[in-house]
Amino acid sequence: MTQELSKQSNRLQDGGRIDRSKPLTFTYNGKQYKGFEGDTLASALLANGVDIVGRSFKYSRPRGIVAAGAEEPNAIMQIGSTEATQIPNVRATQQSLYNGLVASTTNGWPNVDNDLMSWVGKVGGKMMPPGFYYKTFMYPKSMWETYESYIRKAAGLGRAPKENDPDIYDKMNQHCDVLIVGAGPAGLMAALTAARAGARVIIADEQNEFGGSLLSTTEALNGKPAAEWVAEVVEELSGFDDVLMLPNSQVNGYHDHNFLTIQQHCTDQFADRAPNGQIAQRLHRVRAKWVILATGAHERPLVYGNNDLPGCMVANAVSTYINRYGVAPGKDLVLMTSNDNAYRTALDWHDAGRNVVAIVDSRKNPQGTFVEAARERGISILVSSGVIEAHGSKRVTDVSIAPLNEVGDAIVGSVVKMAADTVATSGGWSPVIHLSCHTGARPVWNDDIVGFTPGVTVQKQLTAGAINGAFSTVQVLDEGLSAACDALAHLGLSKPDVVLPEADVIEEGKAMALFHIPHTKPTSKAPKQFVDYQNDVTAAGIELACREGFESIEHVKRYTAMGFGTDQGKLGNINGMAIAAKMLKQTIPETGTTIFRPNYTPVTFGAIAGRDCGELFDPKRYTAMHAWHVERGAKFEDVGQWKRAWYYPQGNETMQEALDRECLATRNSVGILDASTLGKIDIQGKDAREFLGRVYSNAWAKLAVGKCRYGLMCGEDGMVFDDGVTSCLAENHFLMTTTSGGAARVLSWLEIYHQTEWPELEVYFNSVTDHWSTMTISGPNSRKLLEKLTDYDVSKDNMAFMDWKPMTVAGVPARVFRISFTGELSFEINVQANYGLHVWKELFEKGAEFDLTPYGTETMHILRAEKGFIIAGQDTDGSVHPFDLGMSWAVSMQKPFSFIGKRGMQREDCVRENRKQLVGLKTLDPKAVLPEGAQGVLDPKAPIPMPMVGHVTSSYWSANLNRSVAMGFVKGGLDKMGEKVYYPLADGRVIEAEICSPVFLDPKGERQNV
Amino acid sequence: MQHYSGFGLLKHSFSHHENWQRVWRNPTPKKKYDVIIVGGGGHGLATAYYLAKEFGVTNVAVIEKGFLGGGNTARNTTIVRSNYLWDEAAHLYEHAMKLWEGLSQDLNYNVMFSQRGCLNLGHTLQDMRDIQRRVNANRLNGIDGEVLDAQQVKEIVPVLDCSDRARYPVMGASWQPRAGVARHDAVAWGFARGADTRGVDLIQQTEVEDLIIEDGTVVGVRTARYGDIRADRVGCVVAGNSSVLAKMGGFELPLESHPLQALVSEPIKPILDTVVMSNQVHGYASQSDKGDLVIGAGIDGYNGYGQRGSYSTIEHTIQAIVEMFPVFSRVRMNRQWGGIVDTCPDACPIISETPVKNLYFNCGWGTGGFKATPGSGHVFAASLAKGEMHPLAKPFSMFRFHNGALVDEHGAAGVAH
Ligand SMILES: Cc1cc2nc3c(=O)[nH]c(=O)nc-3n(C[C@H](O)[C@H](O)[C@H](O)COP(=O)(O)OP(=O)(O)OC[C@H]3O[C@@H](n4cnc5c(N)ncnc54)[C@H](O)[C@@H]3O)c2cc1C
Repeated sequence: MTQELSKQSNRLQDGGRIDRSKPLTFTYNGKQYKGFEGDTLASALLANGVDIVGRSFKYSRPRGIVAAGAEEPNAIMQIGSTEATQIPNVRATQQSLYNGLVASTTNGWPNVDNDLMSWVGKVGGKMMPPGFYYKTFMYPKSMWETYESYIRKAAGLGRAPKENDPDIYDKMNQHCDVLIVGAGPAGLMAALTAARAGARVIIADEQNEFGGSLLSTTEALNGKPAAEWVAEVVEELSGFDDVLMLPNSQVNGYHDHNFLTIQQHCTDQFADRAPNGQIAQRLHRVRAKWVILATGAHERPLVYGNNDLPGCMVANAVSTYINRYGVAPGKDLVLMTSNDNAYRTALDWHDAGRNVVAIVDSRKNPQGTFVEAARERGISILVSSGVIEAHGSKRVTDVSIAPLNEVGDAIVGSVVKMAADTVATSGGWSPVIHLSCHTGARPVWNDDIVGFTPGVTVQKQLTAGAINGAFSTVQVLDEGLSAACDALAHLGLSKPDVVLPEADVIEEGKAMALFHIPHTKPTSKAPKQFVDYQNDVTAAGIELACREGFESIEHVKRYTAMGFGTDQGKLGNINGMAIAAKMLKQTIPETGTTIFRPNYTPVTFGAIAGRDCGELFDPKRYTAMHAWHVERGAKFEDVGQWKRAWYYPQGNETMQEALDRECLATRNSVGILDASTLGKIDIQGKDAREFLGRVYSNAWAKLAVGKCRYGLMCGEDGMVFDDGVTSCLAENHFLMTTTSGGAARVLSWLEIYHQTEWPELEVYFNSVTDHWSTMTISGPNSRKLLEKLTDYDVSKDNMAFMDWKPMTVAGVPARVFRISFTGELSFEINVQANYGLHVWKELFEKGAEFDLTPYGTETMHILRAEKGFIIAGQDTDGSVHPFDLGMSWAVSMQKPFSFIGKRGMQREDCVRENRKQLVGLKTLDPKAVLPEGAQGVLDPKAPIPMPMVGHVTSSYWSANLNRSVAMGFVKGGLDKMGEKVYYPLADGRVIEAEICSPVFLDPKGERQNV
Repeated sequence: MQHYSGFGLLKHSFSHHENWQRVWRNPTPKKKYDVIIVGGGGHGLATAYYLAKEFGVTNVAVIEKGFLGGGNTARNTTIVRSNYLWDEAAHLYEHAMKLWEGLSQDLNYNVMFSQRGCLNLGHTLQDMRDIQRRVNANRLNGIDGEVLDAQQVKEIVPVLDCSDRARYPVMGASWQPRAGVARHDAVAWGFARGADTRGVDLIQQTEVEDLIIEDGTVVGVRTARYGDIRADRVGCVVAGNSSVLAKMGGFELPLESHPLQALVSEPIKPILDTVVMSNQVHGYASQSDKGDLVIGAGIDGYNGYGQRGSYSTIEHTIQAIVEMFPVFSRVRMNRQWGGIVDTCPDACPIISETPVKNLYFNCGWGTGGFKATPGSGHVFAASLAKGEMHPLAKPFSMFRFHNGALVDEHGAAGVAH
């Protein structure tokens, strides 16, 4: 153990919440280090005396750890021991240390300690004020791409892994009476109160243990160390069944209707890869009746020259490292403050046995409990003064201190230099109002605390503790209690017995509003004074932005990039606003406000995606015969969510050979298609028929029971959006079929119209797509085949074209529809889906003698194209009405009520000449197959841009006709039969085609009528 | 106007950048202008710029209720492309594309227009048919484009999952090499600076609360801050607020106002060199020069004016991105935000005269108007200057919804940006 300690040069002999009996080994930039369980990566690095943890992105300046929590801007690490488990941009202050952790810095070449780019930063930095890139890299124009490639190389922090993520993430939907965000004194007090009252409570905290500020305080509660009170409360809370405690969990977004998201780190705090069978992170989606924000406050650093040198830290962070982690991150401290509170850091430093060089207080006459304590310890206090500059190259070595005027904006005496390796600063505290901002509430400025507090909210939200600007433990505990009582009252629960623990009473003097420490030189010439570390935004930069006319704070932020880093300006935004306000001679609230958007801290994409990727990205739908298709070697096509058999190659067949075989077999004997995916909607009710008449363009009044009819469905604009056959099952009972991909859309379309336009109609819709297996047998032998499976009379006389009949097929009840999409004699057999495979197999059993051939969607497309039948979605595109399709027979303008799209399709532009119309296209070379999507022109020699007349929608090689067949749009095409269209292709070929009827085969429709 | 250049930066570094001029003035409005533009987004500012620069109309005010470029201009994911399907739209967006190609030099402001190409992925046979159709149309319209197969797509974007493992494997894509992204703020600021130098008054923090209409003719606007400001012609370019302004004009527009959200990851080292979009998987991504992955998808289904959307949309978006790019699973999302987009029934804009004389609207750009900014501004400026719609704007009259001459770009604009 002593050996470990001896290497950890900044580790204190005792104290802190680390477990010194559990040493951990980790790797940082390829070197091994030791830390202890309970450390964060940041505290372990500081314990080991690591000063430089990154390089700034614009100027490549060395950067050290500044803070101890979510507000840390500099210590952004790449974590991961293997390629697949790389995690970019992990904040070292929020990463628990674990054995075997591998971390590295993200920038710096050849390494972070000696970065050659820093010379570029030093020399070129002068030419890189904010927005410099808007002013240059423009000439010569052609060079921009080259400039940009260098800019890109310099950008980015960590890197994405190159291999797929081995971890899994999941989600939970949670409901609770009270969600408490933050488990500091306010949050714990609120949770205890609510839990005792019997409320369902969720309490989440981003840190690895509950306690918040109490984990690093030296204050006592009930006369004992505060951490003991925390332990008691945590223990009591864990005894309640209805209390969910979530440490290691960031509440990242606060959305409308009290919906919040929590990212819980389940195992990634302890390993870069989740142990087998465990999840890495869980996203809780919480709907809370009441939310209590007890998110505390972040301390604001002060802005002074070279304030980014390693060794410059936020005061409270220094205390945290000492008290919680047993690490004193330096030897000689200068503390600069505008308030009493930060004196604690000097006391902690002193009590840790280190040297406090001086407390530099901007106020004239500080007084209060902590001030007295410092005086008692004999610490030197320089009043009315500020640290104007830190000196050093890779770590602070000295500081310059100067006397300041009363308001702190001018130097009024001579500068003294003191040696110190650590500068801790405090400009007061900024309440953590991020979540409250997410709801759209505008923060309000509070002069007393020199900060923004949550604005008026429409959410069921309460706030307690430092978020309200209450900073003393007594007050914070009390606020936690009363917020919980408010919530309980709203929930109708009675207040339980609770007593506030007794806290030390501390007198604090008034703080001073101080943000930016003046320098002897004007800001523009002074050493860089950083406001936003991660984005290298300086006070001079903000002043320049204001001088250039960027007066809105949003403009200032955007021009300088302030607040756009991964810390989202938690440390810098208020300082930046103060500097801008001063430039613009306004107050801070006049200058604007600070708006935070989700996320509070970055969230792993995988956690947001959850399980809904890969296999589960979108459900795959299979028909009851799917396994058969697979066995038969089918290739599949995605149609909507369905996996449809596309074609069934045999042996070494090419796709075209398979299609030719399937097409010929169907037209010559009999083929079979699994058509189960067609959408099926069961429609019932006394007004069902009327409803159909309104949503289809054709007439439905006379469709008799037992009959089927094809219909077109149009949008309000009169344009076709779906089609299908609807059958009359009984007087008030219909079965509608839709395209496979359009089923859901059609169902919601029907519902929308029923619910919003015609609620008076009595009609009910039910999706029954999955209830039925549908197999279409098609071809001259289809009747013979069907006869082998049923006793029912399926002859022409008993079952005419467009009839449907109930019958028993292969021993199971079936609905058989005599409809045809191939133009052949055809029967669509529908059976309960559970019987599907059985009937399918029976069909093959009996069909062997007819060489029954399964065909897929591609053959179906070819066969219907030979007949000129359209496919909605392929031959329509939302811009064509039934007349454009040459389907005026499917429109009945006489219907008494009108129908959707009637008015639309009669508008001026819809009835004009020369609209694009669907026609057949016969290539002059019968062997040439037009590519689908080819664009036609009348004059192939016309210069670009060429006037186009329409595109090819469907095009195939037809084995039956021994030539190509195609359909497509041509302007005025229906009146241009026999004329020529030219298709100039990308490869330079021009295919010539003649406009013809789209019906290439059996124009009289005799084959389907036999 | 002070000329910007690398040399200028060097020169000013010697005076510690203390002598840069203001980018624009902060004027008090005059009583009357030739033209008032309502809305200081990219489109409004571009209109003012071209009015002054190309058409000699300099007595112009742009009236903006917030800060310049703070609406959708500041919120969009900056994809610029011109590979639209229909001639009318293709010509309009290509007009913009040509202006983009010289914009930094024209404005003397680096708008960082970065032609890193755009892939629109196809995942189904129908997707591929549509891609063929669109690319063929683009080619014959003189717009660059190619149809790529999955292998070629993989070569351009190695981190894209082009395997069969995907739920909807990539079958191919359309590829427009001249497409890309630009720096949105710079576009607004560049146009603003150019307009201001030519005499245009940019009036910020001033909301137009009513249109002053006399005898069916607009004669000015009413503001709370400066009272009535009169003008011969008024052009409204207020994106998500267009229906509100139309109401002031006493007519309705066929617009729906929806939230559209976007998000960025934390900055990471360069990994994605082009814009990748997928309608079917429903998401798109590019990587900014700062290293952020810039990500978006579709609108939220409901209507509203609150500039934020629902979390489920963010979840779906990220699911799509992780599905397409499994290696992004461990990358982390930094920020999300939303804007209000004004969508038209045919996914095309309205650049139009209105029932009120001398009142013109430029709106309805929905989820994809950033790419049109210079072109939209240019044709709108021409129309306002001459009192007659520019030929490229004519097909986008608001009256097309009466006569049915729609330009249906839903296909090309699916995950539309
Ligand atoms: C999340 C998101 C992502 C997007 N991604 C893309 C993309 O990748 N590619 C693309 O091409 N497009 C994209 N867009 C669309 C694009 O942002 C817009 O089409 C475009 O920016 C519109 O520009 P504009 O100037 O018309 O509107 P805006 O920039 O919104 O400007 C309108 C201005 O009018 C002002 N205004 C409104 N009412 C009044 C009033 N009464 N008085 C005075 N001023 C008023 C507003 O304050 C605002 O500044 C996206 C949009 C969003 C929201």
